[in-house]
Amino acid sequence: MQGFTYARAAVVSEALAAGREPGTAFLAGGTELLNWMRLEIAAPARILDITHLSGLDAIETLPDGGLRIGALARLNDVALAPAVVARVPVLSQAILSAASAQIRNLATIGGNLLQKTRCPYFRAEEMLPCNKKRPGSGCAARDGLNDRHAIFGWSDICVATHPSDPAVALAALDAAVITACGAGGRRIPINEFYLPPDAGQDRNSVLEQGELITAIEIPGSAPCSIYIKIRERESYEYATVSVALALDLDVWRRIARARVALGSVAARPWRLTAAEQALAGLEPGAAAITAAVESGFAEARPLAHNAYKIALGRNLVLRAIRLVAEMTP
Amino acid sequence: MNTVGQRFARPDGRIKVTGAARYTADFDRPDKLHAVLVTAPAAGQLTSLDTEEAAHGPGVIRILTQADLPQFTAVPVPLMFSLPPMRNDTIRFEGQPVAMVLAETLEQAEAAAHRVRVTIAPAEVKSPGQSNPRPPVSDSGYIFAAVDAAKGDLAAGFSQATHRIAAEYAQPSRHHNAMEPHATLAWWEGEDLVVHDATQWTAGTRQMLAKALGLPPERVRVMCPHTGGGFGSKAFPKWHTLFAAAAARVSGRPVKLVLSRAQMYTMTGYQPLTRHRIELGATPDGGLTALHYDSVNVTSSTEDFVESATQAGRAMYAVPALETHERVEEITAGAPTPLRAPGGGASGMWALESAMDELAYTLGMDPLELRLRNHAEVDPVSGKPWSSKNLLEAYALGAERFGWHRRPAQAERDGDWMVGWGMASATMGSFRLPAAARVSLRADGTALLESSFNDIGTGVFTIFSQLVGDALGLPPDRVEIRNGDSTLPEACGTFCSASAMCVGAALLDACRQIRASLGEGDPLALLRWLGRESEAALGRFSPGEGVQLEIDGGASPNAMRTWGAVFVEVGVDRALGLLRLRRMLGSYSVGRVLNPRTTKSQLIGAMIWGWGMAAMEASIFEPRLGRFLSKNLVGVPLPVNADIPAVDAVWVDELDEVASPIGGKGVGEIGVVGVAPAVANAVFHATGLRIRELPILPEKLLAEE
Amino acid sequence: MLTGRMKFREQLDLTLKVNGREHSISLDARVTLLDALREYLGLTGTKKGCNFGECGACTVHLDGRRVNACLVLAAAAAGREITTIEGLADEKGMQHPVQQAFVDQDAFQCGFCSPGQIMSAVACIAEGHTRSDAEIREWMSGNICRCAAYPQIVAAVRQAAGD
Repeated sequence: MQGFTYARAAVVSEALAAGREPGTAFLAGGTELLNWMRLEIAAPARILDITHLSGLDAIETLPDGGLRIGALARLNDVALAPAVVARVPVLSQAILSAASAQIRNLATIGGNLLQKTRCPYFRAEEMLPCNKKRPGSGCAARDGLNDRHAIFGWSDICVATHPSDPAVALAALDAAVITACGAGGRRIPINEFYLPPDAGQDRNSVLEQGELITAIEIPGSAPCSIYIKIRERESYEYATVSVALALDLDVWRRIARARVALGSVAARPWRLTAAEQALAGLEPGAAAITAAVESGFAEARPLAHNAYKIALGRNLVLRAIRLVAEMTP
Repeated sequence: MNTVGQRFARPDGRIKVTGAARYTADFDRPDKLHAVLVTAPAAGQLTSLDTEEAAHGPGVIRILTQADLPQFTAVPVPLMFSLPPMRNDTIRFEGQPVAMVLAETLEQAEAAAHRVRVTIAPAEVKSPGQSNPRPPVSDSGYIFAAVDAAKGDLAAGFSQATHRIAAEYAQPSRHHNAMEPHATLAWWEGEDLVVHDATQWTAGTRQMLAKALGLPPERVRVMCPHTGGGFGSKAFPKWHTLFAAAAARVSGRPVKLVLSRAQMYTMTGYQPLTRHRIELGATPDGGLTALHYDSVNVTSSTEDFVESATQAGRAMYAVPALETHERVEEITAGAPTPLRAPGGGASGMWALESAMDELAYTLGMDPLELRLRNHAEVDPVSGKPWSSKNLLEAYALGAERFGWHRRPAQAERDGDWMVGWGMASATMGSFRLPAAARVSLRADGTALLESSFNDIGTGVFTIFSQLVGDALGLPPDRVEIRNGDSTLPEACGTFCSASAMCVGAALLDACRQIRASLGEGDPLALLRWLGRESEAALGRFSPGEGVQLEIDGGASPNAMRTWGAVFVEVGVDRALGLLRLRRMLGSYSVGRVLNPRTTKSQLIGAMIWGWGMAAMEASIFEPRLGRFLSKNLVGVPLPVNADIPAVDAVWVDELDEVASPIGGKGVGEIGVVGVAPAVANAVFHATGLRIRELPILPEKLLAEE
Repeated sequence: MLTGRMKFREQLDLTLKVNGREHSISLDARVTLLDALREYLGLTGTKKGCNFGECGACTVHLDGRRVNACLVLAAAAAGREITTIEGLADEKGMQHPVQQAFVDQDAFQCGFCSPGQIMSAVACIAEGHTRSDAEIREWMSGNICRCAAYPQIVAAVRQAAGD
C-alpha cells in the first residue's frame, strides 16, 4: 500500500464535504478497499472512515411493504433480518452465499455493490494488460483465458463480470440505490446503477466523486423468490454463474410476473427482460417455459472459452422457476 | 507399558489451540529489518531495474540488487533449485526475484517494493504442449528411480489381449498452498549465522546455507519448532532463505523475509502439469496382459524436474509385460518440486486407476473384481517380495464398510442428483533416510528426546512420546521433546512420509542402548538404584551403508510400499454442472498404526486433498503472458469445510518390522492416492461421462435440463 | 479520539483495546489490525496466511463479531473491543471449551490455522449456527485448513456447542 491519511467522519455532512475532494475514498467494511490498495487498483491519498456515521445501518419496512436498508448495514445483519428473510428471501440467500461469515460481518450492503471485477488479469499482483487498471493497455482476457468472463454486454475494452451476489438479487427486485452528495442526492434504479464496461477506467457505476450511498430501497416484497449460485466449491467462492428469480403467480398459478437476473455473466447483474416478457402468462410447468427462458439468451455473445455459461444460465433459470413454483403454495 | 495403538492426545495440543505455538514469522529480533522481494513480471532479459524512487521512500534502508549480494557457491539440485537468481540479467520465469527492499517497517518495505521499476525485454513464452517431450537429463538431480522400465514382451502381451483400452489423462499444475507462508528471520552473531526458517527440513536448510555461503555447517544454526504446513513446498530449501541470510550480512541487522501468497506461486515449486497415455490389455477374465504407460510433465528451463508419474502405476498390478516412460517438457515457469504423494501417487495413479475403471466397463466386470484379479503378490518389475502388503484385506474391509457390494449397476437418482459410486486402488512408495536422535532417561522420572526433526502436524510429538515412553517404561506425558533445531542430532526431513519411520527407528535405537547400559529390568528403577542423574544415548537409523535416500526398499531384499483402496459416493447435477461429495472411505495397509487418532487425521486430511485435486484445484498457466494466471486463494480454490460431509479412514492390523523397527510405514501421503480417480469413476457411474482431465469443473459436466 | 473535528493524519496515535487491555500506540495509517497485533503488540497467535481475506487464519473478534483482521485498518478498530486467541482463556488461565474441544477432537494438525478456526468457532457457536453438522460446515467455511481437519473441526464445534 502507498501512504495515505486517515480520518473518521462523525456526521454525514462532514463526510460529504470531505469526500468531494479528489483522492478521497470512503472506508466502510474495507473488505475491498484494502485489497485494492494492496494490488494498486486504487491508491487514495485520503481514507475517510464512515463507519461511525449514525443512522445509516437501519433496516426498515416501507409503507408499500418494501424495505429500506441502510447502506452501512453489515451483510450478515441484512441477511438474517426477519423482514428480509420473509419478504425478499432471494436477497437473504444471495448474501449468505457471498464470501464468508467473517467477511459478511465487515462488509456493508452499500459497499458490496461497489465491488470491482474478480477478473484474474485485473486482480493480478503485477500490471497486466487491462484497460480497467491501466487505460489503453488492452484487455488480456479478450483473447486470453476468459472462461469466467462475460457473455452479455461486453466490449473489446473489457470482458469482465461483476462479482456481487447481493446486487443480482437487488437487480431482480428492482431495488434503488439512494445516495447523498453536496447537491442533495439521488435515487438510482439499480438496473441503471452500473456503467457499461467501456465507460472508463475506474468507473463502474454512475456514482460521482464524493457521492455516498446511504440506503438501498426495495419496492414491495417477493416472498416467492430464490437465489442459486453455481461454483465448484460449496462455499466461500465467487459464482461461476448465479441466478436471482422473483415470481408472482396469479390465482391460476400462472406466471403473472417473472423477474430474472443473472450474475457473473456481464459487467452488471443482467436482467433477462425478453425472457421475463415471454414467461408472463405461462404455467411454471409448461413446455413453453424452455423457449421463453431461451429467448433471454438471444443476445448472448460467448467468448472463446465461456459458451458453457449460456447453457448453464439457461438451466439455472429453468431450475429456479421449478423450485420457486414447487415451494409456492 | 504399551500406549502404542492407543488414542493418546497430542502433547502439542495446548500450545496450538492457545496461539502459543510459534511459527517462523512469529519470532522477532530487536532492530530487525523487514525485507520484501521484488520480482520480474515476465521472463526475458532484465533491461532496467530502477530503484531510485523506491530507495528514497520513508524508512527504506537499502534496496539490494545482484551487485550487492555475495557470490554464492553453487548448491546441487535438489538441495535447492539450480538457478541462483539475482546473479545476472537473464530472467527465466515470471516471479523470479530481481531485488530486495529492506525497510524499518513492513508497510514501508511493501510500498517501496511496488515503486521499484523492472523492465524486461520479454522472451518467447513456452507454454504446455508447445515443446517436444524429451527424456530428462540423467543428472537432473530429481531422478530417484529409473525413468524407463520394461518387462516381458509388450507386443505379445497386447496380442494376447481380447480387451484393450488406450486413453490419455491429464491433470493441471497444483500448488501446495500451505497456510503458513514461507518465512525466514536471519541474523549474524559474529561469524555465526542464526536462522529461523519455515522448513520441513532443518538440517537441509543448514546444509544449503553452509554450502552457499561457504561456511562450516557448525557456524550455521537453523531453528523451526513448528511448521505451518509444507506438503513438499518446504522440503528442499529455497532461495529466499539464502537471500535473508545474505541481507542480514550486508545490512548488519536481523532481517525478516516473509513471502507473499503470490510469491509462493513462483518461488517455492508446484506439482507440474502431467499428461499420461495408458494402454492396457486384458483377457476376458480381467487378467492384465500388458501395460504401456508414458507420462510427460512440464518443467522449468532451469532444470529437469521429474514427476516420476509412472512409479506407482508400474508397482500396482501383476502384469506380465509392461513398458513405462517418463518424459519432460519445458515451459517458461519456475521449477516444480515434490507435492504430497509424489512418485506417481497423486498424478500417475489418477491415470492408471481411471484406465482400470475404463477397462472394467469394457470387460463388463465390477471395478473391484478387476483389481482383485490383478493383485500383485510381488513387485511386478523387480520380482522382489513386499516387506508387507495386506491390500486384499484392505479391499475387503473397505468394501464391507462402504457397502460396495450393494452398488447398483445403474446409478440412482436422488432428486436432481445422480448418485454415483467409484473406487480406486492406492499405493505410495516408501522413502527411508538416515536419522539420529538422542534420548536421555532422567532420575526425576522423565525422558528427553532431542532430534532436529520438524513438526508439520503429522503427530510426531505424539507418537515419539509414545515410543520413548513405552521403550523406557514411562507414561508418554513424561517425555519432553526438543526438536527443530540444527544443533540437535540430525533428523531427516519431515517429508516423504518418512520421519515417523526413520526418526522413530533412531529413537528406539537410543532407548535400546539405554536399556542395555542399565541392565535387565525397569530402566528408571535401575537408574535410580545406580544413583545416576541420567543416562543418555544417541540412536541412529540408516537405510543402508552410505545411503542418503532409499526408495521402495532400494537394494534390500524386499520391496516396500504402502497400499489402500478408496471408495467414493458423489452426487452429480448435470443441469447445473455440480459435483458434490456425499461420502468417502479409505481403507489402508500401512504397517503398524502407532496412534489411531493422529493417523486417522492424516489419512482423512490427505483424502480431502484428493477431493481438491478431483474437483477444483488447478494452477492454470497463461500461455501468452507466461505466468500462472491466478496466484491467490480466490483464483485457485482449495476445499473448505462445506465440501466435506463425510470422510473416514480405516486400516488393517499389520506389523512391518522389515520397513522399520517401529513396525509402521509412512501414512502422510497415501491418503491422497486414488481419490481423484475414484471420484472420476463415480462420476462415470453416475452419468456415463468419462472425465479424463482434472479438475472436474461445472463446464465439463453440463447437460441439458 | 479520532472522530469529531475531522483531521486526516498519516501517523496516528490510537488506543487498541485488546483482550480487555488498552494499548496506546502510534501507527502509520496503513497498518492493519492484523499487523498491529503481530508486529506492534507482540500478539502473534493471530496468523497471516494470505493477507487478502481469502483464508481466515487472521480471524479475531471485533466488538464480539468474527472478522478477518487483515481486512481491517488498525485505525478503524481503535476504540472497539478486540479479542484474539490469546484472550480466550479465562482469568485463571483455563482453556476455553472450544480450545479443549479442538484438542479432544484432534481438530488440527500443523496448527497454523487453528487460532483463526477457534475464534471462528467461538463466534459460530455464539451466533447459534450449530443446529446441524451441515450448518456448522457452512458457517465454518471461511477458515481454510490445508491439513484438512474439517470433519474433526465440525466435531469440535458440535462438542463445544453441546457443553
